[in-house]
Amino acid sequence: MTHIAIADQTAHLHHPKTFIGKYIWSQDHKVIAIQYSVTAIFVGLIALLLSVLMRLQLGFPGQFNFITPDAYLQFVTMHGMIMVIYLLTALLLGGFGNYLIPLMVGTRDMVFPYLNMLSYWFYLVSVIVLMSSFFVTGGPTGAGWTLYPPQSILAGTPGAGSGIVLMLLSLAIFIVAFTMGGLNYVTTIFQARTRGMTLMRMPLTIWGILTATILGLLAFPALLVSAIMMLFDATLGTSFFMPAIVSLGEPLNHEGGSPILFQHLFWFFGHPEVYIVALPAFGMVSDVLSVHARKNIFGYRMMVWAIVIIGGLSFIVWAHHMYVSGMNPYFGFFFATTTLIIAVPTAIKVYNWVLTLWKGNIHLTVPMLFAIGFIFTFTHGGLSGLFLGNVVVDLPLSDTFFVVAHFHMVMGVSPIMVLFAALYHWFPLVSGKQLHTGLGKLHFWGTFLGTYAIYLPMHYLGFLGVPRRYYALGDTSFIPESAHVLNEDITIAAIIVALFQLVFVANVIWTLRSGPRSVRNPWGVASLEWHTPDVPPVHGNWGDALPTVHRWAYDYSVPGAKQDFIPQHVAEEDVEYEAGGRRSGEGE
Amino acid sequence: MVIALVILALVVITVVFHLYSPWWLTPIASNWGAIDTTIEISFWITGLVFIAVNCFLAWVVWRYKHTGKHKAHYEPESKKLESWLTILTAIGVIAMLTPGLIAWAKVVNVPSEATNVEAIGQQWQWTFRFPGPDGELGGADARFVTAQNPYGIDPEDPNSQDDLIVNSHQLHLPVGKPVKLLLRSNDVLHNFAVPQFRIKMDLVPGTVTYQWFEPSRTGSFDILCEELCGVAHFTMRAQVIIEDETAYEQWLSRQPSFAQTQRNYDIDLVAGKNLYATCSACHGADGGGLAAMQAPNLSGLESWYMERQLRYYREGIRGAHPADGGGQQMAAMARSVAEPRDLRNLLAYIESLPAIAAPPTLAGDAERGAQVFQACVVCHGANGQGTRALQAPQLAGQADWYLHKQLKYFSMGWRGKHPQDQYGSQMRLMTRTIQNPERLQDLIAYIASLPVPGHYQTPLAEAQIVEGTQQP
Repeated sequence: MTHIAIADQTAHLHHPKTFIGKYIWSQDHKVIAIQYSVTAIFVGLIALLLSVLMRLQLGFPGQFNFITPDAYLQFVTMHGMIMVIYLLTALLLGGFGNYLIPLMVGTRDMVFPYLNMLSYWFYLVSVIVLMSSFFVTGGPTGAGWTLYPPQSILAGTPGAGSGIVLMLLSLAIFIVAFTMGGLNYVTTIFQARTRGMTLMRMPLTIWGILTATILGLLAFPALLVSAIMMLFDATLGTSFFMPAIVSLGEPLNHEGGSPILFQHLFWFFGHPEVYIVALPAFGMVSDVLSVHARKNIFGYRMMVWAIVIIGGLSFIVWAHHMYVSGMNPYFGFFFATTTLIIAVPTAIKVYNWVLTLWKGNIHLTVPMLFAIGFIFTFTHGGLSGLFLGNVVVDLPLSDTFFVVAHFHMVMGVSPIMVLFAALYHWFPLVSGKQLHTGLGKLHFWGTFLGTYAIYLPMHYLGFLGVPRRYYALGDTSFIPESAHVLNEDITIAAIIVALFQLVFVANVIWTLRSGPRSVRNPWGVASLEWHTPDVPPVHGNWGDALPTVHRWAYDYSVPGAKQDFIPQHVAEEDVEYEAGGRRSGEGE
Repeated sequence: MVIALVILALVVITVVFHLYSPWWLTPIASNWGAIDTTIEISFWITGLVFIAVNCFLAWVVWRYKHTGKHKAHYEPESKKLESWLTILTAIGVIAMLTPGLIAWAKVVNVPSEATNVEAIGQQWQWTFRFPGPDGELGGADARFVTAQNPYGIDPEDPNSQDDLIVNSHQLHLPVGKPVKLLLRSNDVLHNFAVPQFRIKMDLVPGTVTYQWFEPSRTGSFDILCEELCGVAHFTMRAQVIIEDETAYEQWLSRQPSFAQTQRNYDIDLVAGKNLYATCSACHGADGGGLAAMQAPNLSGLESWYMERQLRYYREGIRGAHPADGGGQQMAAMARSVAEPRDLRNLLAYIESLPAIAAPPTLAGDAERGAQVFQACVVCHGANGQGTRALQAPQLAGQADWYLHKQLKYFSMGWRGKHPQDQYGSQMRLMTRTIQNPERLQDLIAYIASLPVPGHYQTPLAEAQIVEGTQQP
């Protein structure tokens, strides 16, 4: 406990004194979190715009002169990569991870604040490098977000010159940034929890972030090496992924490489990446559901184990993305089995979310609406995964719009529902102001119903066999005219959803400028982050002394207690009980 | 409250949409019914879970909504309930996985009686190879690729010589016979998919992948590339025609052997020049073409391109549309040169004519057209010089009115719509980028500004031609 004794002393805090030290080169995890979040949301809006452009082409082919086949593929690629890496990963871990970890485990900051600051600045550089590819000759890469070689580095694919090189560089820089941040998160959670904060008392948000970060630290190196190897193939003429081939009629000077090797490396990263995004979302939505239902999370221990088991299994399912890649088909038996096994702990999480609401006292606040919306979208997306994971069903569905619909439901819409739940939920803590409820509800309904209107019918285009990444469908013998009409409708729905996101942006701007101040802990949350001496918390978080934790984070509606929640740092002897009320059984 | 009703409504809408969706699996045309069965089982199980979970969710939200009158229940966990749910979920998963894996076991075990057929993918076209009478496919490798051997078949391998080359995007197969498709690419990743057969597999350069199926009914089905393979990925399509054994055998017997495609013929340019006399009435003695006669510029075109177009004219694949007057005229002329030897001599002579540029007749903004041309570059080359490996003809020097007319024909479907016109269908898809008439004008103006490249072959002096035969 020596470290806590030291951390209790405020003399060592080194409060920043200048504006730049406070807000630019800040080492305060909360400022870094906001920097991460603002940057991520900004690039996310660009990716949203790109998705609208790509949908315009699919819905109204040939109507927009500037969307050439090159541009279409570039929109698709950049949309995917930005959303997965630069928005979701960065916002969930760099944004929420940074903000919540020290506050939820009760420490003054990350254990390596300087490294934490560097992490953000590397992330910003990676974003700038990525964005610069829009302005180079040939534009950004249009190889699809999976960047499969050989085509990604050969003429015939948009951005095969500078675009792909900048993409790979940007990814390498992002991974450096992630590693600096990730090591920090893991070390902080394991080493700097406050007195009484045992692992099994941590909020599920922290469990989700912790497991996701460990996954990231193990998975991102696979992407890093494949990016470096491909950079060498593209610039130095090595042949890691390049067999002897002919490109547009010209023989190339490569020999002996394997394109499938890249796919294994990519998906060894790429599948855990799904859970790098999903697990923090699982954790945060658990907390939001519990708080707003005034009820403890149902089956906490099972929920923790489900997170850990899903994290572990996520490393042995990667080749389900490669059933039709030409790898040895016998792998299909193994990967289909492991993939479907993951459904069990995932289903348990869904059941426990619903069972958390069961017999609860459900406050239909904006965060709660998004969380309920998440349960619906995630159930849908999770179930469609059972089709694709079952190797033989993947044969007709792979590379069609079914895949697009599935992964957008499960790792696009669902995490974004959680992100919005979390943004509305924690906004009062971060800014001291509560987002406007009416606008929030408008935003929820537009997003929830709009995205379902986009993706429900899209699954059926996939059953029909409509291929993804096609600039134009043209004439085929099996795609009826009605499918083109459906594509128009989907595009209109996508534009509506995109416009509804402006409601959120407007809400944030309006609230920050002229919204009323929020009350302290407006939702009545039991976990530590809402119980700092100052709200919003200031540098150092805890004032004179670190809190001591006496219970888990979910003591809501404890029988006999006067208040409907007991904060984590309240000792059993300080809890006010109604006369004759019985005591909490879960104080541990 | 509203949210509970909406979730209930969404469940109903989802089920109704599923039941009445006009978009559904295409009618199956192969032996892989087990895949459809697994999909059906999956739908029952996941559908029930979807309905159960979300209806329960809706009920819970409605029943336990905050009213100020009740307090939440305090129940941290229920091991019994959780165990039951775990077991039920596991049973559901096993019920889906088992039929899936049983079907997959059939997919990975190719029956020994299956016929080998090779499908070759190259940006952005399909060709096919059948083993000849020896029943063996010869070796192949990207390193063997040359202009004359575009599919990289091993010229030294004795097994290669009798292999049958299907230089078309139409693959014929007999109904009811298992086929093992050997998938090979010489450039980048591709994918061979036929929705009605429920099959799909990547082509990976450097290795040969495979899959097998047995067509169960006759008809014509689309082959799609479903692995993003570059800018013209969406145009990489072909057809598989399933027919009865006799029709298939007849079709197969018409395909040339590899050895035949590699043969070099003696060329008689004098004979070619004599044959050209008929053509020169419209196309001019120098091959430069004549707008008044609707005759395009032939100088600069290579024989492989003209050979294909003449064949298309002859077989009614091109120039058959009533709106294409010039094409109909040409179709009649093309039928007058039917003898392969005459055709070779004629084309060799036209190819030997020095390239000249046709005079511009249309106005447009060449600078803006340069932007539009970017979509054409990948096949037709940065200077419109054409790329044989991609089957893309030279554009530089071609008469602007002709290009304008042909692009219009492509976009109207007056050219390139015939199922056998492989590259025409690609052009039809590409013309979607130039729907706007102004953009088309600009594009044509830009192409007209391109320098005419030197002829790929030194023009032959008149004296040489007089001497007689010439080996190109």
